[in-house]
Amino acid sequence: MKVSSLARGLLSAIKLNARCSTRSHFTYYPTKLAEGTHDVQKMNMFQAINNAMDLALEQDSSALLFGEDVGFGGVFRCSMNLRDKYGKDRVFNTPLCEQGIAGFAIGVANTGTTAIAEIQFADYIFPSFDQIVNEAAKYRYRSGGLFDCGSLTFRVPCGAVGHGALYHSQSPEAYFAHTPGLRVVIPRGPIKAKGLLLACIKDPNPCIMFEPKTLYRAAVEDVPVESYADDLGKCDILREGKDITLIGWGTQIHVLLEVADLAKKELDIDCEVIDLVSVLPWDTQTICNSANKTGRVLIAHEAPFTQGFGSELAAYIQEKCFLRLEAPIKRVTGWDTPFPHVFEPFYLPDKHRCLAALKEIINY
Amino acid sequence: MSFLRKSVQLFNAAKQNTRMLSGVQRSYSAGVKTVDDRYAFPGARDASFVNNLKLTMPEDYAPIPIYRVMDRDGYVLNEQEDPQLSQEVVEKMFRDMLLLSTMDKILYESQRQGRISFYMTNFGEEASHIGSAAALEMRDVIYGQYREAGVLVWRGFRIDQFIDQCYGNDDDLGRGKQMPVHYGSKELNFVTISSPLSTQIPQAVGAAYALKRKPNNDSCVVCYFGEGAASEGDAHAAFNFAATLECPVIFFCRNNGFAISTPSNEQYRGDGIAGRGPMGYGIATVRVDGTDVFAVYNAMKRAREYVLRENKPVVLEALAYRVSHHSTSDDSTAYRSAEEIEMWNTLEHPISKLKSYMVHKGWFNEKEETEFVSGVRKQVLKQIAISEKKLKPNWREMFEGVYADMPKHLLKQQRELEQHVEAHKQHYPLKSFKQ
Repeated sequence: MKVSSLARGLLSAIKLNARCSTRSHFTYYPTKLAEGTHDVQKMNMFQAINNAMDLALEQDSSALLFGEDVGFGGVFRCSMNLRDKYGKDRVFNTPLCEQGIAGFAIGVANTGTTAIAEIQFADYIFPSFDQIVNEAAKYRYRSGGLFDCGSLTFRVPCGAVGHGALYHSQSPEAYFAHTPGLRVVIPRGPIKAKGLLLACIKDPNPCIMFEPKTLYRAAVEDVPVESYADDLGKCDILREGKDITLIGWGTQIHVLLEVADLAKKELDIDCEVIDLVSVLPWDTQTICNSANKTGRVLIAHEAPFTQGFGSELAAYIQEKCFLRLEAPIKRVTGWDTPFPHVFEPFYLPDKHRCLAALKEIINY
Repeated sequence: MSFLRKSVQLFNAAKQNTRMLSGVQRSYSAGVKTVDDRYAFPGARDASFVNNLKLTMPEDYAPIPIYRVMDRDGYVLNEQEDPQLSQEVVEKMFRDMLLLSTMDKILYESQRQGRISFYMTNFGEEASHIGSAAALEMRDVIYGQYREAGVLVWRGFRIDQFIDQCYGNDDDLGRGKQMPVHYGSKELNFVTISSPLSTQIPQAVGAAYALKRKPNNDSCVVCYFGEGAASEGDAHAAFNFAATLECPVIFFCRNNGFAISTPSNEQYRGDGIAGRGPMGYGIATVRVDGTDVFAVYNAMKRAREYVLRENKPVVLEALAYRVSHHSTSDDSTAYRSAEEIEMWNTLEHPISKLKSYMVHKGWFNEKEETEFVSGVRKQVLKQIAISEKKLKPNWREMFEGVYADMPKHLLKQQRELEQHVEAHKQHYPLKSFKQ
């Protein structure tokens, strides 16, 4: 299905991306920590994830970490040094088989043991779709609570990377958002990735963390060194504004933050920018409060338009905030095509498309 | 960006990649054995070279033989293989097989009468269930497919628990959420059945891996599945994971010749499921006569000792014949002859074989058998009357167990339904549900 050299190629490309900001479609906006957070260390996102898994393996001596090529450090370096530190019976390679990885992880979690399973690219999660949707998500429900696999977390690199084409770029969160029983989260950077991953590992439900792989190296922040867990199911208001609500997640957040800057500068528009963070269950209250306040909503995601998670948000906001909406909700997303190779710059919902849509909403 | 700067970056990236690669190569070459002073291919280190071209044919392998202890008349063929089970144990085996078969007959009929929605019987495979379960310890974890109710019978699942599950009433451990025969019991270490075939097989492997890591582990995992299910990708995943990750799991394949209407020669062309074990995945394998309760018992006992001693898997293929229709939604005479079914239901039937054995031993008592069967009949019929009158769980439970705690959106949906039902009571079967 995939060749490790391909992954390595991507890896080096990401390295380039990190230094070559002109090539990527976003400018990274680091998350700022609260004043007085002292014990921090500069980390990019793969280092923050590595740090989170290190802490998880240290705190829970039964916890296991596995997937394809996880043993030597992972094709994105997320599990670097962990096998040396915790032993090859706790950090190990599996055969190349996603349905096996997912099924195995569920079984590990059935015994109450913590399982952190990696699917190498979100594009390859589909062979495990049955195990995740029919099994993991329904385990507790169908057994009347006798059995569950809540101690299970999937880590899944996702999203556009510049040249990943059809099978190294997908954002499949909407497929999973349609599945009761799962938690689905997506970090926007290192601080969030660490907090979300540790929260998912502790959460008594099967969780999927989709990690925008273009951020692995491009995103660098001062990350708290200690263990901390984010609230699951909560979104983050990254910028307060009164004129329009911009909703996104993952890499797209950085596009929207730049759009907010441009809107302020060019149009004197105050944007409220919200990182959804949790796609399932999602924070309906915060989103609706914001929509009610601004009366205008723009939703942006990399995944295709039709049945993307933006549809769920738009329909919900429309139902709950009907009287307060001043303009139709707009969705700026990937097109309803497979994710293309050379056309990527035209495919992505970049800042220009988002800004154009924002103008349409404002002038409605 | 200048061309020069970009080149330097590319060069650095390439250098790092090379470092990474040389690390990988080093770790490979560390374990290389040489054949004829040459480097061995890492993919098949122990293979020798030949200089004449030959296809390895399926016929080059003799089929894996079928281990049996008794002949069809209940005589032990090799005294050394007689497990020498006590009269008490053999009688429990016999009674449990009768109980399963009797309960099956009545529940099958009750589905025909429209009293339960669905049922699957276990006819012809009773010995596979009882023989294998008897060789295990209660601490061993069971993952099943759906036709392993005998394992639950052996472990002490009660008639009322079976029937309550089929009715999905308030005493169903599964809270009325799944179809009939999707049993589960935490107490009896029997993981709840689900309909998607084979999904339980890699799960069993994961559970076995986790058990293996527990200090002083002395329990294994047993995973049951049919020969049809063995065609699923998950079966492949599981065999391969169990072998490479060295897991104490017994893959118990019930090869009963049919997957619904599909005969096994349309299911595979190799030597059954057992044939995949040793050469295909590097797994110790045994094939047994699944109508011979002692053969199954012995094989299972040996398999259990092996997986716990070696922390490696075993493939155990029990050959039998699905005397049952596939389910209550199936009439199997549409695709096989009544004569064939009759032969397996009489001459080659596991219960009659064990009965013959008991007759030879002087342990069989016709009167006791008749009384036992009629006692079970009465008990099952009485329980059906009780279970069908029991209320179903509170319908609000529909929203419970989706997550460990009910998230806000589900609380809202639950409330929405409450209000709706309150306003439209007459349209819902509220009387059948607990309030």
